[in-house]
Amino acid sequence: MNRFLLPLSIFIVVLVFLGIGLKLNPREIPSPLVGKAAPDFSQPQLLEPTKVFSPADMKGKVWLLNFWASWCSGCKTEHPVLMDLAKSGEVPIYGMDYKDQRDEAMTWLSRWGNPYPVVGVDDAGRVGINYGVYGVPETYVIDKQGVIQYKQIGPLDPETVEKKIIPLVKQLEAQ
Amino acid sequence: MNIKWIALIGLLFLSGPVWAGEARPLTDDPASEARLKHLAVELRCLVCQNQTLADSNAPLAEDLRREVREMIAKNMSDQEIIEFLTARYGDFVLYRPPLKASTTLLWVGPFLLVIVGATALIITLRRRAGKVVDVPVTEDEHRRVEQLLAEGGKRP
Amino acid sequence: MIPEIGHFALILALCVAVVQGILPIYGAAVGNSALMAVAKPAARGQFFLVLTAFGCLAYAFAEKDFSVLYVAATSNSQLPLHYRLAAIWGAHEGSLLLWTFILTIWMFAVTLFSAHLPESTRSRILGVMGLVSIGFLLFMLTVSNPFERLIPAAAEGRDLNPLLQDPGMVIHPPMLYMGYVGFSVAFAFAIAALLGGNLDAAWARWSRPWTTVAWCFLTVGIAMGSGWAYYELGWGGWWFWDPVENASFMPWLAGTALVHSLAVTDKRGGFKVWTVLLAIMAFSLSLLGTFLVRSGVLTSVHAFATDPKRGMFILVFLAVVIGGSLALYAWRAPRVGLGGSFASVSREGMLLANNVLLVAAMGSVLLGTLYPLFLDALDLGKISVGPPYFDSVFVPLMAPAIFLMGIGPLAQWKKTSVPDLTKRLRWAFGVSVVTAITLPIAMGNWTPLLSLGLLLAIWIITTAVVSLRERLTHVTGDSLMGRLASVPRSYWGMIVAHCGIAVFIVGVTMVKGFETEKDVRMNVGETATINDYTFRFDGAQDVVGPNYTAARGSFSVSRDGREATVLYPEKRRYTAQNQIMTEAAIDPGLLRDLYVSLGEPLDDGAWSVRLYHKPFIDWIWGGCFIMALGGVLAISDRRYRIAWRRQEQDVPASNRAARRKVA
Repeated sequence: MNRFLLPLSIFIVVLVFLGIGLKLNPREIPSPLVGKAAPDFSQPQLLEPTKVFSPADMKGKVWLLNFWASWCSGCKTEHPVLMDLAKSGEVPIYGMDYKDQRDEAMTWLSRWGNPYPVVGVDDAGRVGINYGVYGVPETYVIDKQGVIQYKQIGPLDPETVEKKIIPLVKQLEAQ
Repeated sequence: MNIKWIALIGLLFLSGPVWAGEARPLTDDPASEARLKHLAVELRCLVCQNQTLADSNAPLAEDLRREVREMIAKNMSDQEIIEFLTARYGDFVLYRPPLKASTTLLWVGPFLLVIVGATALIITLRRRAGKVVDVPVTEDEHRRVEQLLAEGGKRP
Repeated sequence: MIPEIGHFALILALCVAVVQGILPIYGAAVGNSALMAVAKPAARGQFFLVLTAFGCLAYAFAEKDFSVLYVAATSNSQLPLHYRLAAIWGAHEGSLLLWTFILTIWMFAVTLFSAHLPESTRSRILGVMGLVSIGFLLFMLTVSNPFERLIPAAAEGRDLNPLLQDPGMVIHPPMLYMGYVGFSVAFAFAIAALLGGNLDAAWARWSRPWTTVAWCFLTVGIAMGSGWAYYELGWGGWWFWDPVENASFMPWLAGTALVHSLAVTDKRGGFKVWTVLLAIMAFSLSLLGTFLVRSGVLTSVHAFATDPKRGMFILVFLAVVIGGSLALYAWRAPRVGLGGSFASVSREGMLLANNVLLVAAMGSVLLGTLYPLFLDALDLGKISVGPPYFDSVFVPLMAPAIFLMGIGPLAQWKKTSVPDLTKRLRWAFGVSVVTAITLPIAMGNWTPLLSLGLLLAIWIITTAVVSLRERLTHVTGDSLMGRLASVPRSYWGMIVAHCGIAVFIVGVTMVKGFETEKDVRMNVGETATINDYTFRFDGAQDVVGPNYTAARGSFSVSRDGREATVLYPEKRRYTAQNQIMTEAAIDPGLLRDLYVSLGEPLDDGAWSVRLYHKPFIDWIWGGCFIMALGGVLAISDRRYRIAWRRQEQDVPASNRAARRKVA
């Protein structure tokens, strides 16, 4: 090969990668937890503080775990999507109120509506760390064996719910 | 009652006149804080743009520092602490990428570049030496050129 | 109205750029001097048009015209005038205008200083610069228009990012861009020479001062950016290997290699092909940096607001400019001659070896910067490549380069004898090794890296002394001063620039080895001691700035009981965007900096405070300024000015014969 073509070839390779890079989101960090057992926890419930919420209660069900907070603007964007999904009855969405004030969280739910059958409270952000949460909202799809099958980083939108979440849930249900 | 008063006075005395005290370190345990710092400068804050866990003021960074502090207090090794973090956030948190199949090129690349460069240089010089014919420049001429160059400024 | 004038001036500038990019190059190809003559007036016209646009934007900022989207987004009525003007380059659109403006400044400079150039060469150079300019003007006019209106006008601007409200930020970007864009001249020279097929020693002589000037600007620009990070970001660091920093460092490495390789092409006619490639590379890396910062493909501390449309535009632009020039290179370079012969062990050989190391270092920075992107694109996971990687890769690459840097100036052109070199450098080597080992022990902290750093720094200085002494025996002069004066400036330039590297290395090494840091909780009246400096916290006061409110701490610093200085670190809250900024207070010194930054207010008037003692840190930037000074000395050499006038005699016929290649 002509050695004078070498710089051009290297440049073309770099250019192709830069082109692909334009379509990628460098801030989205895939979770190493997908395919692994959902970390256990047992947290007080938001609405009934004397009761606890634990993933062990969910064995045998396909469910979503949604980390949210009243201070999080992305959660407000996502909220109507969650309400619709909850109404459709396709899959139960359990909430985890992440590093939040209890009264503000309650006000938020009563004002905008509550899509969650149960909301856990993660005051110190420990559950969040165990789940590798780095920015709310984040949503996990957990299967009947308690294994995380999918992680959504950032707000869910109707398209993701339609094209990813619901088909995945159906497939997991069928197993 | 008396004991309480003595304790209170003692406390006042210990805290001393406010203008003379030696400032306390921010933490009670400077040794483990130093270890935290040592670990945290090589860890990436996940929410920030591009900052270490040591420098970031983001709430998540504070939480993670707290977790690491607790692990240090539990006497866990650096290796165990890093495994704790990568199990949750992946290799992304490490500013020093671990050597794996996918990062071999990253770690070997620079030295490969030097070796390839040096080899290319030697081959080119050899090949070139065979091609170029040079009229020998005598030592005398060389010196004259040097002198001309040195004095270049003086001659109009 | 004024913004529309600016917008219109940009449109006209684009038209002129198209003319400038096409006619002169075509004219040079067909030998039509009427077409070639278009280049000069077109370049000057373009300069004045872009100047007009720049002035219009400056006016909009000065007049607080918030009906201009860009002005509303990056300034505020409370922002002081000098920061409003600096806000011109405070975000994407305006900094792009600055880029283009500086490109036209360089064009204008070329028209002024190119009277001695053959007409065809000059028109090709200006034509190539015109083509580059088309890209940037189009970019602005299509997806990044700084004059876009906001209707209805905003009542108040969103304010400039507080991080950028700093004197350093006023000058750092123009300096940096002068450097980046300055490489466009060397690039245009190289492309013109490839097009014309006249890659000779004269070409190298012409490009040399231009490249050196650009290199000086880039050096100073990077140093200022690093200094800004040091005192403005509040964590006391000066370099983070962030993608944006790397984006400026890669052209610097390529530019440094280019400066050296041009020296060989100029003096000995060798390395032509390599020099051309470096000239293309230096400018291409500047463009790549622009892409990385503005496209959002990498996360970085100081990335611009990103937009995939813009990313796509720059990508296509890169493909055309870099791809086109590398294709031209692949096509024309094989026909370039070889130049003078030299042995492997010679000054040429060492410069070439140094070039290999510099380019390998540049390649490593590129690899480290883009590797996360590569893996992500191949779906192999996300990783971070940060300071620990670059530190551990960069030191082993640079150490041999710096070792060679000491020997190179002492080696003779063509061929040098190794035993002779060893003899001449014996004592320099001995002194360096002994000092490097004993000095850290004497200072009480021996580490291999500390010793290595000192070894390299002392090696540069001692070899420079040897070289200067030998040089002085060669020149004539009555007194020592007379002989010093008769040493050519270009030689001084090299010595000074190399010593700048030594000063830089001392700074880096000492800070890494001896820095002390203390995090304390300080109440009013409490003291903390760090390296015989005692800091007493005298309380914090509320102060009101033009566009912020702040808590200003007051720290009396004393040494051995004597008052040394008073430092006022601040915690500012910028009102427009409600952003908190830590403004560190620094007492700079030749041998150490004292650095205080306020953390958080704690209960009962106490603050968490971070104190640093940073020995020799100012040497880092001092070293960079000394390097740039070396560059300035080199271009002030009278040999160049004479060469400008006698370019025809420059490559005497006898020399050409001597260097003729036998195919």
